[in-house]
Amino acid sequence: MKTLLELDDVRARYGPVQALHGVSLTVREGEVVAVLGANGAGKTTTLRAISGTVSRSGTVELDGRPLRPVPEEVARAGVAHVPEGRGTFVELTVTENLRLGAYVRRDRQVKADIRRIQGYFPWLAERGAQRAGTLSGGEQQMLALARALMSRPRLLLLDEPSLGLAPLVVREFYRIVRELNEREGLTVLLVEQDARIALAVSARAYVLEAGRVALAGTSEELRGNESVRRSYLGY
Amino acid sequence: MPLAAAADVAQQVVSGLASGGVYALLALALVIIHRSTGVINFAQGEMATLSTYIAWTLTANHGWSYWPAFAVTLALSFGGGVAVHRLVIRPVERGSVLRIVIVTIGLLIAINGFVVWQWSGEPQQLESPFGTETFTVGGVAVARHDVGAIGVALAMVLLLWALFQLTKLGLALRAAAVNPEEARLVGVRVTWMLALGWGLAAGLGAVAGMLTAPTVGLDPQMMQAILIYAFAAAVLGGIDSPFGAVAGGLLLGVLLNLLGYVSRYEPFAWFTEELRLPAALLIILVVLLVRPVGLFGRREAHRV
Repeated sequence: MKTLLELDDVRARYGPVQALHGVSLTVREGEVVAVLGANGAGKTTTLRAISGTVSRSGTVELDGRPLRPVPEEVARAGVAHVPEGRGTFVELTVTENLRLGAYVRRDRQVKADIRRIQGYFPWLAERGAQRAGTLSGGEQQMLALARALMSRPRLLLLDEPSLGLAPLVVREFYRIVRELNEREGLTVLLVEQDARIALAVSARAYVLEAGRVALAGTSEELRGNESVRRSYLGY
Repeated sequence: MPLAAAADVAQQVVSGLASGGVYALLALALVIIHRSTGVINFAQGEMATLSTYIAWTLTANHGWSYWPAFAVTLALSFGGGVAVHRLVIRPVERGSVLRIVIVTIGLLIAINGFVVWQWSGEPQQLESPFGTETFTVGGVAVARHDVGAIGVALAMVLLLWALFQLTKLGLALRAAAVNPEEARLVGVRVTWMLALGWGLAAGLGAVAGMLTAPTVGLDPQMMQAILIYAFAAAVLGGIDSPFGAVAGGLLLGVLLNLLGYVSRYEPFAWFTEELRLPAALLIILVVLLVRPVGLFGRREAHRV
């Protein structure tokens, strides 16, 4: 499988606080890769360093081409970032959110794509005129995912989608992510606090500790790893 | 009510709608910038005055007729608004709101000074494209210019509505205004959208100025009172609601005119022309105290 995303020695800081101390990782085409770690380990910052929403040094390459840390350029290159805390435009309607997802596209299949994506989320169709802010937390998270898909991303970045959602909703969310990966070959880089579910969905994973990659391997290996089990899986 | 009085009232309503349409356009300009940049652009009125002088120069000095001058002025004002954002506002945009406010006040003074320097303070006359005649409908005398001004204001509002609601660009403009960070993540070039917003606002102001000048006369202070009315209209309707700005503008125009009308009668004779501006300020104060979101503003209910 060919490498799609490559981070090399990426450092990032928030003002005086350095959040990443040289993170290197790769994501191959068609893969679901998880990033695990405790609070403050740099998981969210890693995604933000890719999408350019935090200032960073080091190189980030998509398909061998360097990505500049400018969010709108990263989006145009085919990276869809679903940020932590339901990345939707709460003032806009469901349909407007979907249309914005397709903003960078120039082709004429946007309407057809809205219908295709409504196949994964049937309720989106009936509630197209509803303001996104009036949806439940779970629905907003689904809408954020649907909106990201509307850009036909080469790479999807998911930040803590399970945060604050009921277990049933989380399961449904990841069922759809998995289906998209298997059916359409969607490549996903996933940040998740819930290590159990992250390791179940992903093929490979990285464990971050204090802004560095402490451990990497296939998800199966990591599930069997003694320290991962104790620190993140809790048994 | 006697028939003659009813006709008088109707006449006041029509001319109130005409000045209200102007308030509405300028209020809309304030709302567009407030939604995207988060500040009141105090230079909005002076920008409009400058635009109107450009239109006047084209008609009076270069012999253009009104509508070509209108179109060219609109385009120049749009470009000017974009340029103001890129060159003056953007460099201070990351600072505090106060910094931007001070910059817009500086802009107000600078543009006013430039206008006086370039055209002197002497009043000028911009001819109305609709003529100065009045005509009578069912006993109501109506000024042609008033009807024309209402029509142009409505057309602008409709065009703007179509832009914001029906086009991809309009959607991006709204997204950039309500959530710039998120908008960048979907690929919207937010700084350009904000600049476009300034361009649209400057264009709206230009139209407001060009509709106002034929009735009140063009001088460097022409838009100063109108900016206060526009501000009152925007606050009344809800400072973040484009619909509210339009409704607030029309309402205010009619209300002020009717107050002027009732002052002809004994118990209200004290309400003279001089009290129009204080009345607008009173409206601002009362709305901010009683219902800060305005008539049509929405209190944002945040869900966790």
